[in-house]
Amino acid sequence: MSVELISANHAAALSATLAARANRTARGFCSGVYPITPSTECMEYLCGQEIEKGTVVRADSEHNAMGICIGASAAGARSFTTTCSNGLAYMVENCVAAAGYRLPIVMSVANRTLGPPWNIWADHGDSLLLRDLGWLQLYSADNQEVFDTVLCAFKLAEDPRMLMPALCCMDGFILSHTMAQVDVPSQEQIDRFLPLTDIPHRLDKTAHTLGQMEAPHASVVHRMQHHQAMLGAEQIYAEIQNSFAEIFGRRPADPLVTYRTEDAETLLVSMGTLGVTAERVVDQLREQGKAVGAVRVRMFRPMLDTGLRKIFAGKKRIAVLDRDISIGFGGVLWGEVRGFADPGAIVQNYMVGVAGGDVRPEHMLNLLADLEQRHESGAPQIVEVA
Amino acid sequence: MMNEPALNGMACTDRDRRDPLLRPGNSNCGGCGMSNLLQMLRRATGERELKMVVPACCAAVTGGSFPESVFGIPAIMSTFASAASVATGVAAVAQLNGEETRVICLAGDGGTYDIGMGTLSAAAERNEDILYICYDNEIYGNTGGQRSSATPAGAATTSTPRGKQETKKDIIGIMAAHRIPYAASISLAHIDDTLRKLQFALDARGFRFLHVLSPCPTGWKSEPAMGIELVRLAVRSGLFPVFEVFDGERYVINIEPEFSNEALMMYLSLQRRFRNTGVTEESLQPNIERYWNYLRLMSGRIVPAKRN
Repeated sequence: MSVELISANHAAALSATLAARANRTARGFCSGVYPITPSTECMEYLCGQEIEKGTVVRADSEHNAMGICIGASAAGARSFTTTCSNGLAYMVENCVAAAGYRLPIVMSVANRTLGPPWNIWADHGDSLLLRDLGWLQLYSADNQEVFDTVLCAFKLAEDPRMLMPALCCMDGFILSHTMAQVDVPSQEQIDRFLPLTDIPHRLDKTAHTLGQMEAPHASVVHRMQHHQAMLGAEQIYAEIQNSFAEIFGRRPADPLVTYRTEDAETLLVSMGTLGVTAERVVDQLREQGKAVGAVRVRMFRPMLDTGLRKIFAGKKRIAVLDRDISIGFGGVLWGEVRGFADPGAIVQNYMVGVAGGDVRPEHMLNLLADLEQRHESGAPQIVEVA
Repeated sequence: MMNEPALNGMACTDRDRRDPLLRPGNSNCGGCGMSNLLQMLRRATGERELKMVVPACCAAVTGGSFPESVFGIPAIMSTFASAASVATGVAAVAQLNGEETRVICLAGDGGTYDIGMGTLSAAAERNEDILYICYDNEIYGNTGGQRSSATPAGAATTSTPRGKQETKKDIIGIMAAHRIPYAASISLAHIDDTLRKLQFALDARGFRFLHVLSPCPTGWKSEPAMGIELVRLAVRSGLFPVFEVFDGERYVINIEPEFSNEALMMYLSLQRRFRNTGVTEESLQPNIERYWNYLRLMSGRIVPAKRN
């Protein structure tokens, strides 16, 4: 174990590199990469690594970066890539394919606003495009979480009960380019933590066809199997946390991170780095004697409805903070979680930091003041921040 | 090297691969050139280990419906534009593991000339260890026969009912410009030449590209039994040159055509796609001549003097 001062992009790439090396006695590692700001640093770091039994292909587009990962994973290798924003949008067709083939490809996304108009700052709208495709989705709030999440994502995605791709999200620039201390385990520890990649349906010597045509009844069965498998992620993730803690001596973050929620009457629900600001705001308000708590949704797919129902039980006022907008609807996270609150609870949606605005504690204090004087939920609100 | 093989398929010998690449029960149309190609590929492959990547195209439908598959080798059906990139991943992992697997892309003209062009070009530029075979039926056969940039001028398709205006892309020229180790066109009517090229391409390393004129009775509006004859006519008339290019610079013409006007007339008249679109033997001749002069020049042959 060593402590490194690195950006979250480098943390993701370092984690992927260690995972790649850990597969050297199996079928190795192969990744297709293509640069796009702010995820570029991640692929650059990966391209600079010497990986024993591993190769990084400098692709011609994000679509083909994922195509290369699909081919590599279908051939039984461990596979990783990184992208964001329009790159991710360009990649989506192959993301659908990766999920459909049930290939455990891990992808780091440095969340960035989709253009045009061109905007390079943080917004979750890009990774949320993949919401319905059968990808596991995990959102991190600091560099350590980014490192741990990529490592856990390999173990989760490659688990024989899962076998599906995983998305590891970090807020663009806010995390991707910010240096922070990260505890990095040794290769020997990683080798003990990560099993060798074994993809049972890989293209081996026997004749079988991946991704061919199928009739509706076969497709619906495959969709159901995929859905059922993903619903098992929470349980498997808990097992992974235990094994992680045993080997590395610390515990990776929970799928739902709660902060002073037990006795809270009002909740701030968010994803990514918004959750960190929310926790500081909770501390401030607690000093004033206000019963406020915060929930950070780290695992967005599968959506942990039971867990959220438990956390929401008895809460009268819930502010759902979205760093995204589903145009014509409101915040995506709000749409997902509002049904888990008690009947009669006020679940108000605030879209903050949409298109990358800098969300400060005072913005959260203002929207909580708005929530306090409400007698019922209103339409989703966009909070403009600079 | 003009040979006149039997038209009704090939006899099996012990040189042949035991398992078929294309099993019975496939959903190809009668007279599909791609079926012939797969039978020839089976023979050329022998006992070599293969893995195949097929983008969205007729060959993806050929595989049939889950859980059965008619492909006698491990295969993955990729998205339309990704065959060469998926094959890149498969080939890279085979290399990491010291496997002798030959990775083949089997793609139609749309996935090669159009939507997959960027992918193809990138894989060729990286000189990936892939054999890319384009079976070119000159239409998007899979989606009902629309124009692609492989469609020749004067051919009617469902999206160009009055005949396509633009001429066909020079795909071998494009691939040769990438200086890949091997690019060649294949005539399904000339089996010896076809087998030799398939075997050479299977054994070569780096990016290899084969272009196959693949009759499509559905799109060409031709008799299924006439497919091989149509290919022969295309070769005889000079319309489909059969040649190979080594390392992007050494051009070798494999079959010298007779440039027969009669062959060209037969080729046009035996397909309804050329009817009423204004294309004639006379309108095609200048292009054929120009391209052949170019090929002669590239292959170091004597070029006819300009006539005024």
